[in-house]
Amino acid sequence: MSSNVITVPVGQTEARPWVDELHQWLTTVDHKRLGILYIVSALLFLVIGGVEALIIRTQLMHSHNNFVSPQVFNQMFTMHGTTMIFFVAMPVLFGFANYLVPLMIGARDMAFPRLNAFSFWLSFLGGLLLYFSFLGGSGLYGAGSAPDVGWWSYAPLGARAFSPGHSSDYWTLALLVSGFGSIGTATNIIATILCLRCPGMKLNRMPLLVWMNLVMAEMVLLAITPLSAAQIMLLIDRYLGGHFFDTQAGGSAVLWMHFFWIFGHPEVYVLIIPCFAFMSEIISVFSRKPIFGYPVMVAATVCIAFVSMSVWAHHMFTIGMNSYANSFFTLTTMAVGIPTGIKIFNWIGTMWGGMIQFKTPMLFSIGFLFQFLIAGLTGIMMAASPFDWQLGLSYFVVAHFHYVIVGGILFALFAAFYYWYPKITGRMLSERLGRWHFWLFLIGFHLTFDVMHIPGLLGMPRRIYTYEPGRGWDTLNLIITIGAFVQAIAILVFVANLIISYFKGAEAGNDPWDAWTLEWSISSPPPAYNFATVPSVASRRPLWDLKHPEDPDSRYE
Amino acid sequence: MARVSEVKNGRRKMSLLKTISSTLRFLAQTTLLLFWSAMSVWASEPTGSSSHGTNIFAPASTPAKSIADLSIFVLVITGIIFVVVFGLLTYSVVKFRGRAMGASREPAQVYGSTQIELAWTIIPILIVVVLFLATARVIHAIQDAPEPAGAIEITAIGHQYWWEFRYPKLGIVTANELHIPVSGPDHPAPTFLQLLSADTDHSFWVPELAGKTDLIPNHPNRMWMDPQRTGIFVGQCAQYCGVQHAKMLLRVSVDGPEEFAAWVSAQQKPVIEDASAIAGRRVFENNACMNCHALGGTPADGRFGPDLTHLMSRATIAAGAAENTHDNLRLWIQNPSAIKPGSLMPAMKLSDADLDAVVSYMETLH
Amino acid sequence: MSAATTSFPNTAPAWDLPSRGKVAMAGLIIAESAIFTIFVVAYLFYLGKSITGPTPSEVLETPIFYTICLLSSSLTIHLAAKSLERDYRRLFLGLWLLTIALGGLFLYGTAQEWHRLIYEHGLTISTSLFGTTYYSLVGLHAFHVTAGLIMLSVVAIFGLIGRMGVSQSDRVAVLSMYWHFVDAVWVVVFTVVYVLGR
Repeated sequence: MSSNVITVPVGQTEARPWVDELHQWLTTVDHKRLGILYIVSALLFLVIGGVEALIIRTQLMHSHNNFVSPQVFNQMFTMHGTTMIFFVAMPVLFGFANYLVPLMIGARDMAFPRLNAFSFWLSFLGGLLLYFSFLGGSGLYGAGSAPDVGWWSYAPLGARAFSPGHSSDYWTLALLVSGFGSIGTATNIIATILCLRCPGMKLNRMPLLVWMNLVMAEMVLLAITPLSAAQIMLLIDRYLGGHFFDTQAGGSAVLWMHFFWIFGHPEVYVLIIPCFAFMSEIISVFSRKPIFGYPVMVAATVCIAFVSMSVWAHHMFTIGMNSYANSFFTLTTMAVGIPTGIKIFNWIGTMWGGMIQFKTPMLFSIGFLFQFLIAGLTGIMMAASPFDWQLGLSYFVVAHFHYVIVGGILFALFAAFYYWYPKITGRMLSERLGRWHFWLFLIGFHLTFDVMHIPGLLGMPRRIYTYEPGRGWDTLNLIITIGAFVQAIAILVFVANLIISYFKGAEAGNDPWDAWTLEWSISSPPPAYNFATVPSVASRRPLWDLKHPEDPDSRYE
Repeated sequence: MARVSEVKNGRRKMSLLKTISSTLRFLAQTTLLLFWSAMSVWASEPTGSSSHGTNIFAPASTPAKSIADLSIFVLVITGIIFVVVFGLLTYSVVKFRGRAMGASREPAQVYGSTQIELAWTIIPILIVVVLFLATARVIHAIQDAPEPAGAIEITAIGHQYWWEFRYPKLGIVTANELHIPVSGPDHPAPTFLQLLSADTDHSFWVPELAGKTDLIPNHPNRMWMDPQRTGIFVGQCAQYCGVQHAKMLLRVSVDGPEEFAAWVSAQQKPVIEDASAIAGRRVFENNACMNCHALGGTPADGRFGPDLTHLMSRATIAAGAAENTHDNLRLWIQNPSAIKPGSLMPAMKLSDADLDAVVSYMETLH
Repeated sequence: MSAATTSFPNTAPAWDLPSRGKVAMAGLIIAESAIFTIFVVAYLFYLGKSITGPTPSEVLETPIFYTICLLSSSLTIHLAAKSLERDYRRLFLGLWLLTIALGGLFLYGTAQEWHRLIYEHGLTISTSLFGTTYYSLVGLHAFHVTAGLIMLSVVAIFGLIGRMGVSQSDRVAVLSMYWHFVDAVWVVVFTVVYVLGR
């Protein structure tokens, strides 16, 4: 039978020496292998960042605790934040983009395979640099270690005077290096999507995942670069005697804040938009319906990309901007909630009238929907700047952004793992372990992050290594810590699932979920060349058209 | 084609059971948590009538009250949105769960609906407009409030890791513990603070008195409060400023008019010389203490550390890190790292005799 | 094996999509523009805020000649790219080398100016806010000019050994996009530093 797939029966290939295999992985330019490298390295950093979180939570379990010294605690929250954003979230999303985008557009590889490899290794090197600071950060005077300036390194705390030794330099360089990697990957993604689509795949026929990665990549170009610029300025201050952020020389600490948050806010949309992509694909398939309102989903995403560039100073409501600036950023921040909220409605609309299959990917997606709703609403609360004058810089903010990142992004990522693991490895993840993972993580997540809003309302600021016993925060913090450990157990279950299923999982076949995008038309795992013949599409769901020739999508688009 | 997701009758029941149990469990959890948290918010009020907590919903001053009122309004609106969308989500998850199906049966493929999408775009826009207008009013009311003639003026200077407070019109310099007069509708006595910093960024946060405002070097800020109740209000630095950010506590004593006047006149006096403590004063002068600390009316006028002229009028030392007791004072001078590791006060490494003498001297500084 | 792996009916003709080199270079240009924007913002923000040191109007001299050099190099590279498209290899090489020379002249001018500022006026990157922002902004641009000149030189070497032909004209077009970008940035930097700033 004519087929796009050529399968080589197991046992006919010779086992290669492991050195050869390792060499293949280290020198690969195949987007699928690079995607896996991104994802695996992100998982490694996830575990490390998670351990840092557990250290933080153990120290905060009760007031005046002595589990770690203040110096170590401050390093922990700095490293935890930096690791999770730059070396877990960004790489894992780039990894999925790398793996899926060429497959979904019917391409052979990314536009620039070697740039792809270079970008990955730059990114990974950044992570290694950051962690080398534990060893090398001391400098000549034994003054430093891992960075302890918070993941924003506000001026003038990041200056030589307040951060002696090299800890801040490792932070700066790690982010600068991995930032260049991100720019490389983003350029690659844009070029791939614009230049390598298969015939028939006009822009309005691309799967939503492809659209969202296109928007994300364009945001990366405009968002990461201000941080790179600020990092260069900080290095000039620290090494060449510059005064960019030197308040003693008339410089401005607020300027650093502006530059950082001009990066920092679009960055969180860079992180969430690919997760919207996962949700759009998964909710659609598991509701057995096309995504409700595809054009509006695209328009809303583009809208978010633009508006999110104008909201950054809502991270600076307490720094004393005048009332007009505060009002402006209140307005834009609330406004960006509109296209974001619309998406939730569109996903509900997708499920509405469908036939929902409660497989593990869908469980995580439903969790995402509930949690992203709550996260968005607490965001609206803080958009009202007077409310933020109380809530800002407190555990309410910490609860909010963990709700987005863990309750939103991580849940969406788990869904993506369960959904695409069969395609990547050829094996299904265990549904049973998946359910254990889901429920344990859900309970732990809510135990921690629902409760965490309350100390914020009760006046507990963030980034404190201990707190006073009379403030009523003790029991709450204990519960938060317990939840953290429950989540840790759930992650262990997840990792166990990944490993066990790789060897013992059921064989997936090409299309275990009866899905509709191009990646499900080839074998699992796909052959190195992806498609034996270049596909050609006539609608947004080419496999639906093939499976339902009597009622193809192309009739309705 | 055989699909791994094929559902048999028995599995369908399991799935229904699971869905119901999952929804119930979620609702139960949420309700319990909400109930529990409401209780803990109530329970968190510390005992003692003059000592207040740090609950942003227990405002004792106009800016804090405006914020609390706006916050309730925002919470109500977001609460309604939550209930509606939560309801829709729960309904769709429960109602549209997949039944046992043959491999070829799919639900009606709906691609969108312009009217519905328009509606759920317009309504959020209206909500945002309402929220924004309500918020803008409060922003202006708080930030652009004019300073009346008789207001108490304080300059707060943030240091790593303590607070310097100056009352320029009253000629007072103190540290870490603020005294301000109570304000009432018939005798308004607001306090206006100018916020500066000597080193890194800090943030002044006493939740029951006002929202927080940052202290940023080379960027003066301004805030105000008019507490309507007397008592002690606590807070702490809210912008990470370095190793001992956690122990940069705030203690605001809101005094009735007589107590405040008494405090002011006591603070305005220079050091009261006490002959019994002359040995300690010598230790103070000989050991470079005056390089950092000031004692009003003596040659000591260091500005790097807190002003000690009226040290004994304060309930705590080291910006709230320890109670102001004989033992703590002794320990602090001998080895600050025992109380606040990373604080910029060096360990003075005095002999026991010198240490006792200087502590006795400190204890005369009322 | 599922039925879904039958090959797709060839419903759409093969089509022309943009060149990936040009798209990638456009992406790089967008990213670099953002970096330069931040440095320009810092420069403008700190104008007049230096506590010590010489002011811009005291020490800056408008580099008109070297600016003309750089901007004309945009013209020469454009003409070079066009000649390569028509396979006029000698003309291409000549114009290309002229571009490099003009770019090199510009760098020489910058070096000369910095020498004068440092040794005659005592203005360094650590002198004041003006010193920091000036050297950073102009230096960042000069760095990009240098990187561009290196790439242009590589192409020049290929040209000199006879390997540049019409089939390389796409890549030369991509490179010349970069060079035009560098010139456009200079227009902005020139305006901000030498026109507005004084």
